[in-house]
Amino acid sequence: MPGTDLFLDIGLGHYLVLSALLFSCGLAGVLLRRNVLVILMSIELMLNAVNISFIAFSRYLGLLEGQIMVFFVMTIAAAEAAVGLALAVAIFKRFKEVNIRYFEHLKG
Amino acid sequence: MNTDVLMSLLLFTPLIGFLINGLRYRQPTAILSGSIATAAAAIPFVAAVLLFVELQGRDEASRQIVLNLFDWIHVGTLNIKAEFMVDAVSALMILVVTGVGSLIHLFSIGYMSHDKGVTKYFAYLNLFLFNMLILVLGTSLPVMFVGWEGVGLCSYLLIGYWFTDDKKAAAGMKAFIANRVGDAAFLIGMFILFMEFGTLNFYELNAAMPADPMTGWLNPITLGTLFLFIGATGKSAQIPLYVWLPDAMAGPTPVSALIHAATMVTAGVYMIVRLNAVFLTAPQTLLIVAIIGAATAVFAATIGLLQNDIKKVLAYSTVSQLGYMFLACGVGAFGAGMFHLMTHAFFKALMFLGSGSVIHAMHEEQDIRKMGGLRKYLPITHWTFVVGWIAIIGLPPFAGFFSKDEILWMSFHSPFGHEALWALGAIGATLTAFYMTRLMALTFWGKSRVPKDVHPHESPAVMTIPLIALAILSAVGGFMGIPHVLGEILPGHPHHWLEHWLHGVVKPIPGLGHADATLEYSLMGVSVFLAAASSFLAYHFYVRSPETPRRLAESMAKLHKVIYNKYYVDEIYEAALIQPTVKGSEVLWYRVDVKFIDKITYVLADLTKGAGGLVRSLQNGNIQQYAMYLSLGVIVALGFLMAGG
Repeated sequence: MPGTDLFLDIGLGHYLVLSALLFSCGLAGVLLRRNVLVILMSIELMLNAVNISFIAFSRYLGLLEGQIMVFFVMTIAAAEAAVGLALAVAIFKRFKEVNIRYFEHLKG
Repeated sequence: MNTDVLMSLLLFTPLIGFLINGLRYRQPTAILSGSIATAAAAIPFVAAVLLFVELQGRDEASRQIVLNLFDWIHVGTLNIKAEFMVDAVSALMILVVTGVGSLIHLFSIGYMSHDKGVTKYFAYLNLFLFNMLILVLGTSLPVMFVGWEGVGLCSYLLIGYWFTDDKKAAAGMKAFIANRVGDAAFLIGMFILFMEFGTLNFYELNAAMPADPMTGWLNPITLGTLFLFIGATGKSAQIPLYVWLPDAMAGPTPVSALIHAATMVTAGVYMIVRLNAVFLTAPQTLLIVAIIGAATAVFAATIGLLQNDIKKVLAYSTVSQLGYMFLACGVGAFGAGMFHLMTHAFFKALMFLGSGSVIHAMHEEQDIRKMGGLRKYLPITHWTFVVGWIAIIGLPPFAGFFSKDEILWMSFHSPFGHEALWALGAIGATLTAFYMTRLMALTFWGKSRVPKDVHPHESPAVMTIPLIALAILSAVGGFMGIPHVLGEILPGHPHHWLEHWLHGVVKPIPGLGHADATLEYSLMGVSVFLAAASSFLAYHFYVRSPETPRRLAESMAKLHKVIYNKYYVDEIYEAALIQPTVKGSEVLWYRVDVKFIDKITYVLADLTKGAGGLVRSLQNGNIQQYAMYLSLGVIVALGFLMAGG
């Protein structure tokens, strides 16, 4: 695109790159961290990265479906956080720590 | 009484006795368990006598009493019934088995009175009787084989009865293994006969024989009978499988009398008599039977000359006498074989029980060098033993004279016979007279060599009564087969009662020429003279001048050593058969099994395990790792799409 400045003309591409970066950060956190709370936060990060791309596309295409979808995602994320934190509390009570490896004990 | 009831009583009473004593085997009272066992042997004897009387009342063609229990095996053309039959031959056998058996049971009460496991002993003895009756009464080879195996088992159990002694336990195993060799051949013989004739019933087999004898070696009848005969050499202790019988003397002495002298070891002879028509159709087999029989008779007798264990002498004597029975069968004189089987059962059971009485009196001492002069202490045992001694060396008119002479005469006179066979038989008889007289002299006569601390005493009545009964049988048992020439000069001309009795079942020798009375008398005279001379010589050697045998032994030191060591047969078997088997098994075990077959399975297992290790982390339960695979999958898929798109 002639005459556009990468840093001044903010377009769809920038949002998508930001979304991808955030998603990757979240994924790395999920894969690498041991603390359940951090992992939950990383999942939150991934969901919100997806939300950014939804919003960006919604705005770019002038359609509302993307924004509606974001509300769904936020609802799901809230529910997930509630369940995840409850589990984390249960694990903490039992082991005085919230390391992910204690979830193996859920096998019974 | 109904014959079915009698047959059932005959067959199953010993089994019931076995069950009763077998279930209460911890009770140590000899009197009670012995009485139960003796009753379980005496009731069949009564039944056997009644059955015998019943048979005698019938005419020759219908002398068969059959008890059919059930169809045992019915596959294709093979139809085997669990069927039992008393006919002329088996009637005699059941009389011997149950009659002598009852006496030996009775004797055992006294002999085993100090033993701790006596109830178990009597249970085994009854089980033996049951199996022996199956063997004798079975109407087909497979039913006989059941009993054949059963008596082998009981023999093993009773030889190794004092199993805490390793040697005795080993003797039991030796007997069992030697018998297995014969049993395998017995089975093969059975298969061959079935393939050829499609039946295994004795009567059907005997009736199915072709009219002309088979010549050549490779026809089914000759082969089948040869294999059956090998089976007989195992059970009846003939060359080359006789080695177990002398060792079998490790068992209690009444067991030696019952199983290893009177009944079980004669099973081979009985089987050949049952199949007489089959064996007559195979003259080659008969020749082998006769040669093996005669050779065993002489061979075992020579070993018997130098044995110092009272039971070992009797054991080799048994092997030798069984050889005579096979000699009789081999020359076609099955009736004479049966005759000797019966008289031998009487006098050899008598002598074994007598030796048991001696051993009992001597506090378990069996070495005749430490006996001598026992006549004073054991008068009844001595006199009954004398009767057995006269019977076995063949002096008239005791039992052994008639039966042995019949065999010798037949081996000369029969068309299957030969002068050489007669000569071997006569040599065997001479040797028999010598070693039996030596046994008498060293045990009962001469100076006492009994150690000072042993005080021999006569056995209780429960032991002497069987001795007396058997002595009477040994004295008069021969009169059931008085030869023709002697019968003519006796009032009423009795002769060959036994042969006439067996006539319906046992075929007469085909082509038997007319007997020359002079020849028969002279042969009879020769054998009696040889026996008498040889016993006199033995008496002179061992009673009058005990120095002579020692000097003789020194002058023939090498020969003496070979015979004293039983021709090293056990050692030869050890080196030629047992060691190679053990070595070969070791190679198979270590080289083939451990090093090869096991190794293959180990390698396979390791391969599987390694392959599993490679992909194990896919399933290790770590959520984060699963998530990583997911993400990697997505990345790869995306990359693929982008590269492709």
